[in-house]
Amino acid sequence: MTLSFAKHTLANGLDVLLHEDHTCPIVAVNLWYHVGSKNEHPGHTGFAHLFEHLMFEGSEHHDRGYFKPLQGAGATLNGSTNADRTNYWEVVPSNTLELALWMESDRMGYLLPALTQAKFTNQRDVVLNERRQNYENRPYGLAPMALLSALFRPDHPYHWTTIGEVADLHAAQLDEVQAFFRRYYHPGNASLALAGDLDPEEALALARGYFEDLEPGEPADPVDAPAPLASDVRIFFEDRVEVPRLYIAWLTPAMFAEGDADLDLGTDLLANGKTSRLYRRLVFEERIATDVSAAQNSREIAGYTQITATAAPGHTLGELEGAIMEEVARLAADGPTADEIERGRVQAESQFMFRLQTVGGFGGKSDQLNAYNVFLGDPAYFDRDLARYHDVTGESLQGAIARYLAASPRVTLSIVPRGRVPLAAPDSERVAVS
Amino acid sequence: MRSPDTTSVSRDVRIDRSRLPEPGPAKPFSFPDIEKTTLPNGLRVWTVRHPQVPIIAFDLLVGRGASADPPGKEGLAALTADMLDEGSGDRSAIEMHESLARLGAQFDTDIGSDFASVSVSVLSRFAGRALALLADVAARPALREADFARVRQLRLHRLTQLRDMPAVVADRAFLKLLYGAHPYGHSPIGSEGSLVALTVDDVRAFHAAAIRPSVATLIAVGDCDHHAVVRLAADAFGDWRDASADGPPVVSELPAAPAVNIIPRANAPQSELRIGHVAVPRDTPDYHALIVANTVLGGQFVSRINLNLREDKGFTYGARTSFEFRRLPGPFLLQVSVQTTATARAIEESIGEIAGIRGPRPVTDEELGLGIAALTRGYARSFETAEQIARAVMQLALFDLPDDYFAQFVPEVQRVTADEVSRVMAQHVDPSRLTTLIVGDLDVVGADLGSLGLGDPVVLPSDAF
Repeated sequence: MTLSFAKHTLANGLDVLLHEDHTCPIVAVNLWYHVGSKNEHPGHTGFAHLFEHLMFEGSEHHDRGYFKPLQGAGATLNGSTNADRTNYWEVVPSNTLELALWMESDRMGYLLPALTQAKFTNQRDVVLNERRQNYENRPYGLAPMALLSALFRPDHPYHWTTIGEVADLHAAQLDEVQAFFRRYYHPGNASLALAGDLDPEEALALARGYFEDLEPGEPADPVDAPAPLASDVRIFFEDRVEVPRLYIAWLTPAMFAEGDADLDLGTDLLANGKTSRLYRRLVFEERIATDVSAAQNSREIAGYTQITATAAPGHTLGELEGAIMEEVARLAADGPTADEIERGRVQAESQFMFRLQTVGGFGGKSDQLNAYNVFLGDPAYFDRDLARYHDVTGESLQGAIARYLAASPRVTLSIVPRGRVPLAAPDSERVAVS
Repeated sequence: MRSPDTTSVSRDVRIDRSRLPEPGPAKPFSFPDIEKTTLPNGLRVWTVRHPQVPIIAFDLLVGRGASADPPGKEGLAALTADMLDEGSGDRSAIEMHESLARLGAQFDTDIGSDFASVSVSVLSRFAGRALALLADVAARPALREADFARVRQLRLHRLTQLRDMPAVVADRAFLKLLYGAHPYGHSPIGSEGSLVALTVDDVRAFHAAAIRPSVATLIAVGDCDHHAVVRLAADAFGDWRDASADGPPVVSELPAAPAVNIIPRANAPQSELRIGHVAVPRDTPDYHALIVANTVLGGQFVSRINLNLREDKGFTYGARTSFEFRRLPGPFLLQVSVQTTATARAIEESIGEIAGIRGPRPVTDEELGLGIAALTRGYARSFETAEQIARAVMQLALFDLPDDYFAQFVPEVQRVTADEVSRVMAQHVDPSRLTTLIVGDLDVVGADLGSLGLGDPVVLPSDAF
């Protein structure tokens, strides 16, 4: 199983990755900029994501909406920002590749002449509404704010969420946009993947034609990762919810680092799906929780593992915490069964194969090639990525759980219904979140 | 600057930033060819070869959904679907999932008003074992009393949690406003009252009457051969029989809903809005004209309503409209979450856009061209993965659409004219019948609502469904 590609680096530093797949007459155009909320600073949070919105508002040679010509050509398109990177993609009929390259290159090279205060204010308002819809007006929606700020110190670039603080969004100024664009939005800090029904030579010629004249720039500086969590943090807040929910989080290895794949499989067997240990115990047998899940959130400069469980009515988060920590300790002490390891491996193999089905969009082949290229400088990493999961053994998984979870400080966050503070895990301190 | 090595590429690309490039000629695309066999027990087996990646997607579609819930037993179909994977024979619920996990299977059940489905995707080397498990799940579930009690309790807890979600509160209450006691008037999960009254015998009876081979279609897409799948299906499902037969749902009169309704949510930063009325069934001859009209009105990013409420006013993260096509007339509705202070203006603008497209501001040639292009030029994109193709084929099975439906879709949409768009919107959407529901801060928005000229808002309790 492999993901074939060709890589070319243009003179201005832009990486161009090409992958052929003629299953469907479509081409995915996927462009990553190596900038995310980790490149922001306290007082200016939310900026990378707000900037992403402005990329859809027109550029010098097409100073109108970005969506219209592309949707009119039968494309689907989107963009997203996370802590580490910002990506933009279009999936177009294969006869329309040139249009997508025209549009992407125009906003990479010529965004600022088209940027106005009116566009900036409008998209700031849209982002404030995105924040209201997805965080403020959603039950438990402010959990990420509380968790990240407890896990990572104030000077750590993962201390804040990508959506940012409301006050910072209100304070953002148009001139910051210009500086941000010059610093991060240039060919030397970007990677372009084209995947699908294309002729590689023709596609490369188009990419060169549209992008190679754009001004080069320096890749973004690496971001420092200050010291890890020193001791346990136990916090809670009240929310407009009917039932309490518990979050336990630990700092863990970064994406692709030693231990990352072990924790991926380890969290699966702990809490994902009906066969997992925590589902079986908390939901199926003891019925003290209504749901439980876990994930190793791998990021570029650090990771964190999170377990989330919602209490069944009549049960406290302290009960959930006790049961969860017992199961973590048991896995750390005894390791997984052979059957659990075998299931984890075949599930990983299936997941990798399912991903090979689609050229575009979030998580499609073009997005994967860019992830490997931007984070590792190696788009050929697909096979070795799968091998990381095949190489997980009972001992390595047990070791990772023991080291990073069982024996490490953790953040325990309780979100409880208003007026029901005793449902929180014991000895928790109230925190304010917004 | 241009790199000196560009000469290594033979093709000459001329860059002209004064105008957008035109697309080249469209590439032909062959839509999936469906091979069909019906087993002696009535189960239809439909397969599509899509061998690019060695995986296979199975979907078992049953043409019975939440609209088949007997009155007073709302939630029964969904609870039954949820219990299918709770074990079979002497295999427990956990053992069933361990078997699926050993195949690396992606497993899911789904339920809508008109259907239930069970889907399993696996590496193609596991096709036979996956199909055997799918048959155990769908045709031979254990439906044990103890599992029933646990699953129902989880669903009751889920209902409690759903009360916290303003978008879900709005969706559920809006269905009730539009449909009342009609089979489409409740969401599949049902209500606390109806779930508490259910028994495991209800589930067993529903399974026998509704989940049966003569209303089911097994769809297989991927690295597979039709005859091989038919043989595997005959082995796995051959003993499945229609035990009894259910009748069609009892369709009651639609209620007359008040024009403006609000479910108070104190201090909410946004208002969830739903605006719409019951419109047309899937078999309307106006289907293609309606989807073109909806694309222009609220079906894509550059639609009138999203450009107005988001890109012009900044009131929202996004607004959309849709016709929900079902066997019986489904709703036309607008869904948007707007900042609280903009609630009344957003309603006014939304109703204005809905009314406008019916005639006062008919679609322009440019909008029509854009809407048709958006629906047709990218159509092939929906046939990329095995799961996508299986979902598309499910629509044919669910709505009795012809085999050449996909091939005819593009020419049908291309034939839609501006006059037809105006006609179908005038015929099927009526501003004077629109019902508006707000889930939001009554204290802040209440006074403004009076200015809309739609009468006093009716205040509903938060569990108005």
